[in-house]
Amino acid sequence: MSANTYDAIVIGSGISGGWAAKELTQKGLKTIMLERGRDIKHIKDYVNANKDPWEFPHRGGRTQKMIEDYPVLKRDYPLNEVNLDYWASDKDSPYTETKRFDWFRGYHVGGRSLMWGRQSYRWADVDFEANLKDGIAVDWPIRYKDVAPWYSYAEKFAGISGNKDGLAILPDGDFMPPMDMNVVEKDVAKRLKEYYKDLRPMIIGRTANITVPHNDRTNCQYRNKCWLGCPFGAYFSTQSATLPAAMATGNLTVRPWSIVTKILYDKDTKKAKGVEVLDAETNQTYEYFAKVVFLNASTINSAWVLMNSATDVWDGGLGSSSGELGHNLMDHHLGVGASGRMEGYEDKYYFGRRANGFYIPRFANLGNDKRDFIRGFGYQGGASREGWSRDIAELNIGGQFKDALTEPGSWQLGMGGFGETLPYHDNKVTLDKTRKDKWGLPVVAIDAELKENELKMRIAIEKDAREILEAAGAKDVQTHSSNPYLGRGIHEMGTARMGRDPKTSVLNEWNQVWDAKNVFVTDGSCMTSAACQNPSLTYMALTARAADYAVKALKKNEI
Amino acid sequence: MNRRDAITRVGLILGGTVIGAEFFISGCKSTSKKVNELFDKDNVAFLNEVGETILPATSSPGAKAADVGNFMTVMVQDCYTPADQKIFIKGISDLDEASKKKFGKKFMEADANQRTELLTALDIEQKAYTKTKKPEDPNHYFRMMKELTLLGFFTSKPGATQALRYIAVPGKYDGNLPYKKGDKAWAT
Repeated sequence: MSANTYDAIVIGSGISGGWAAKELTQKGLKTIMLERGRDIKHIKDYVNANKDPWEFPHRGGRTQKMIEDYPVLKRDYPLNEVNLDYWASDKDSPYTETKRFDWFRGYHVGGRSLMWGRQSYRWADVDFEANLKDGIAVDWPIRYKDVAPWYSYAEKFAGISGNKDGLAILPDGDFMPPMDMNVVEKDVAKRLKEYYKDLRPMIIGRTANITVPHNDRTNCQYRNKCWLGCPFGAYFSTQSATLPAAMATGNLTVRPWSIVTKILYDKDTKKAKGVEVLDAETNQTYEYFAKVVFLNASTINSAWVLMNSATDVWDGGLGSSSGELGHNLMDHHLGVGASGRMEGYEDKYYFGRRANGFYIPRFANLGNDKRDFIRGFGYQGGASREGWSRDIAELNIGGQFKDALTEPGSWQLGMGGFGETLPYHDNKVTLDKTRKDKWGLPVVAIDAELKENELKMRIAIEKDAREILEAAGAKDVQTHSSNPYLGRGIHEMGTARMGRDPKTSVLNEWNQVWDAKNVFVTDGSCMTSAACQNPSLTYMALTARAADYAVKALKKNEI
Repeated sequence: MNRRDAITRVGLILGGTVIGAEFFISGCKSTSKKVNELFDKDNVAFLNEVGETILPATSSPGAKAADVGNFMTVMVQDCYTPADQKIFIKGISDLDEASKKKFGKKFMEADANQRTELLTALDIEQKAYTKTKKPEDPNHYFRMMKELTLLGFFTSKPGATQALRYIAVPGKYDGNLPYKKGDKAWAT
């Protein structure tokens, strides 16, 4: 076995790549995990995690230099002073926006598992059956029962805290004890239960923050600084969870600064034999060989890798024979919601900074709830008391003004929707060969937009948010709706979808590329539809499931 | 969902594009006193007094103890657009002019009551202006000074730990904590 030969190659080290590495190494495969960016070591490299607010010269804000350097990231909250180093450089890695698409990336070991929102929800049968029932796109080749045991497996290892709410739309899982709602949220949940007769339940968010110690990880300390990297390892990330487990097997090699430029495809065996890597520091090219390849470069970059591979056989790249590679790009659309004031709780407050909120699962287009669009949306939100940044209309400046601001203000209840986006063939990514990144590699062009179904849904998200908050007793309810663009949900999905037919899908029911059975794609690109739940838990489950299948198939010499 | 929280704070006047180095500070500053490209030590002292008038020492330290003057100069230089920088810098002399007009003396020479009277009037003025201001209209300099004072003070160590309450590692969550008037708010 040559130095560059392994049993398995994993491309990417984010949520799904980390899971692939863990599963493959624990099953005995010598594995190399290739990461395009730098290494970030658990705890040691979380350089801002223990800083106090006053240690940041701009108190977390953005400078003009940052705004100039990050023309895409500046469009939303990710551009900030406290974890700037975790976001990919827009300048080194540009892309072409045929239509506006906000692509927020993490190019380092751990990928976006370091900065993710951690909300973790199972999908239900209604989600896996949706395309078939609506007669759109293609049917998922799997159902809830195929994934359910893998959800349990993923939840038990990742550590998902949540309440067993017994909701058909949002199946219960193997949870750690839930975080608590605050006093206002509890009352709101009670009122909504009465008002909507259980049709619009409000539950505590299910989150990948552990609430009891777990595998050498300390339970959540309620600092709400997750996205700086947690020194307690209290939320799931590659660094806190899958990477140490994979390293413990002695079977894993991690190679940072390794941009996979293509999968090496062998025409005779109709399989991949390895990958080509461009060293991002030295610009040298290397080849690595393995029996099986897991592609987990994130939705858009996994499509990019496939498009650059086996172009001597297929012009559009490996997996393009269906005509679907790079198509059906989805995200969750957001930026629509409402907030209002809650009265009567002036003698109540809270202790600790809970990095979680409440969740109202999908209710639209279920049962008798019929809409002028298909699918649905969920809401995430929370109740809290205003702080010093509130306006005090009757005061201007001075001691009285200052002392008033040192006390908490009124309780505010707010929430925002996460809406399902449909898989449209013409929402797509392609290669833009006219433009090169820092390493001379062609960039992607993204051509995707919200369409009629999503735009109608956004009107309903705004209207229903007002109705729900008013039903909850909120006063002065204000709604908002902004930036109807894809990408900002940071839930890219669908560019190499699973399906039942090689003519209409890129991957089969086991996440295998139809055209190269030893290549498995288990990040968001595999998704056939988007549902409206946060998707990462599903990637974890599908990755573990695919890895289990891959190793069994390898042993039987089927791949 | 935490990552979706809008950082509303005081609606900091940030953003916009950099038009390039367009400098408007005239040669009245001696370089030795400069604290950065835009401001000198006198500006810091002046802004600290403006800050202290907005958020004075009460039972807890005031804005000057947090050196908000210095904080303002950092923020305006690094974070403001050139257009807003210009407004802010001109605002320093506008404020002095307003003081001279009202009391016949510069702001630094005015007593505490006069300063409070002046800045209260300016705050009423900026609130009225901001209410009807269109997005493309210029910002009011006193709104900038007030916002930066609040941000700089309440996120400073004295502001967060003495005017407010701050616990770096809470260790637990209690969503039903009794509250009585006078209890301080959490800093974050």
